[in-house]
Amino acid sequence: MKIVLNSIRFFVIIATALFATTVYAGGGNKNDKDGGQVSSAEEVKEYILHHVKDSHDFTLWSYTNDEGERKHVGFPLPIILWTSNGLVTFMSSEFHHNDDGHVVVEKKGLRFAKIHSKIYELEPGASEIKFDESHHATNAHKVLDFSITKSVFGIFLVGILMFIWFRGLARQYKKKKIPTGFARILEPLVLYVRDEIARPNIGEKHYRRFTGYLLTVFFFIWILNLLGLTPLGFNVTGQIAVTAALAVFTLIIYLFSGNKSFWGHILWMPGVPVLIRPILAVIELAGTLLIKPFSLLVRLFANISAGHIVVMSLIGIMITMKASMGAVGSTLLAFVLSFFITLIEVLVAFLQAFIFTMLSALFIGMAVEEHDHH
Amino acid sequence: MTIPNLVGAGLIVIGAGIGLGKIGGSAMEGIARQPEATGKIQTAMIIIAALLEGLAFGALFLGQ
Amino acid sequence: METLLNDFSPGLFAMQTVLLLGLIFLLVKFAWKPILNSLNDREEGIKNALESAENAKKEMQNLKANNEQLLKEARAERDALLKEAREIKESIISDAKEEAKEVAQTLIENAQASIQQEKQAALSELKHQVAELSIGIAETVIKKELSIKEDQLELVQGLLEDVTLK
Repeated sequence: MKIVLNSIRFFVIIATALFATTVYAGGGNKNDKDGGQVSSAEEVKEYILHHVKDSHDFTLWSYTNDEGERKHVGFPLPIILWTSNGLVTFMSSEFHHNDDGHVVVEKKGLRFAKIHSKIYELEPGASEIKFDESHHATNAHKVLDFSITKSVFGIFLVGILMFIWFRGLARQYKKKKIPTGFARILEPLVLYVRDEIARPNIGEKHYRRFTGYLLTVFFFIWILNLLGLTPLGFNVTGQIAVTAALAVFTLIIYLFSGNKSFWGHILWMPGVPVLIRPILAVIELAGTLLIKPFSLLVRLFANISAGHIVVMSLIGIMITMKASMGAVGSTLLAFVLSFFITLIEVLVAFLQAFIFTMLSALFIGMAVEEHDHH
Repeated sequence: MTIPNLVGAGLIVIGAGIGLGKIGGSAMEGIARQPEATGKIQTAMIIIAALLEGLAFGALFLGQ
Repeated sequence: METLLNDFSPGLFAMQTVLLLGLIFLLVKFAWKPILNSLNDREEGIKNALESAENAKKEMQNLKANNEQLLKEARAERDALLKEAREIKESIISDAKEEAKEVAQTLIENAQASIQQEKQAALSELKHQVAELSIGIAETVIKKELSIKEDQLELVQGLLEDVTLK
């Protein structure tokens, strides 16, 4: 019970923080693309693509008040930039929800604008962003953006949640043999990862060393996938940078734990003609260093992004089919379709976490496997 | 997206679909023959499907 | 590929790397290690408990077998004791019989011996008396009728014969 109470307390704190900052005005500019009401197919597409990307502030919903002003409910997040002039920090509310570079923020003698969720530093002297025909900024460049974006916020959230849960589970074992309450749900999951993923794929001898990593990654991905299905609008595992970092972790782990026979099989494959060996070495190296991590990162990214796009497109039916089916018909259709696809997405959320962990375990297992027969 | 891109994406999806179908079909057959090996077959099936999926996604994104 | 690279944010990558590293470190130290250790301990405990239960069962069986063995031995001992007792009884009885027989024999022999003796004594007494009697007779005969020698002799002879015959 204690764990559940702790989690609830945690969420209450988060929610309080959320509504304490709350409503703040948008730019007041009715042409703002992301701030306006979504009413056409084109705008739905725009909205979905905007959602799939990372965002610099945490917006729950937006509405237009009586004076025709856009209001956004949510809270701003800190922006941390590494610029040509060193570290610059400010709150994302200074961009006033503008996402196409029209609002310029001046800090430390530098000017910044946000275009499609990326922050650009304007060239010295420029006061406004200029675009070429293909909508690329001509007088600004991207900066290294270490902001606490919505994704980073989500990672923090899940990290704290996981720490509370599993620390609670670990503490229960000090007092009793069998955990009670919420920890009782977590225990079989931990056992599942250990007995179904780590042990059979890595092998009885080495699995202990890697179980911690695999457990962390499994729960991290799973909880974030599920969080992505809530209306909070997180899309953390659908960020290619996040999945890339996960894949790089797996890559580094299996490269550094690889034994002699693993490298032997890559660089100088035994049992094949000597002339073929260098060619095989190139293929094996490419497979080990590039293809394996690339398939890991792309699979997770694509599955989760595709899931989000499909669910949101089906919800978008409500708007795009309104003209031909009427408000009730289109809403009903959108609800039924998105309901069932969301059920499938719940399965996918688990499956992708499972596959990522499983393949990581498999790759690590290949690296530490001992070949006695050569 | 240009038309060749779209055609290429379609080809990739066709290929991946055939591959996934074969994997799934063979797995079903295997399970029907040896129901006691269901767990092992499922795990192997998921791994192979995941590898195929990775390949397909890689091709899709490279073509984009 | 271009869109992929465009979507890739190095800042987010760095943040994710740092946060994940921290998370792995914290969870391994404060959660996974204690959890996995206690799970292992619990499994070991269950295994040990099962083993000891098996052992206890075996011990029970051994004990049972031992008990049976002991019972068998006790029974055998009892039988042996009974047998011995019976033998002792029999031997005592037979000894007693023997002894009784011997005693009876000696008694009989003694009795016979004393009878013999008595008889002998009586005989000698008789003889003595006969001799005295004959002497007396002879005296009387001599005193009364020593006239006829032949008669006398005949008489003596006859008397003696009578005496010895008796």
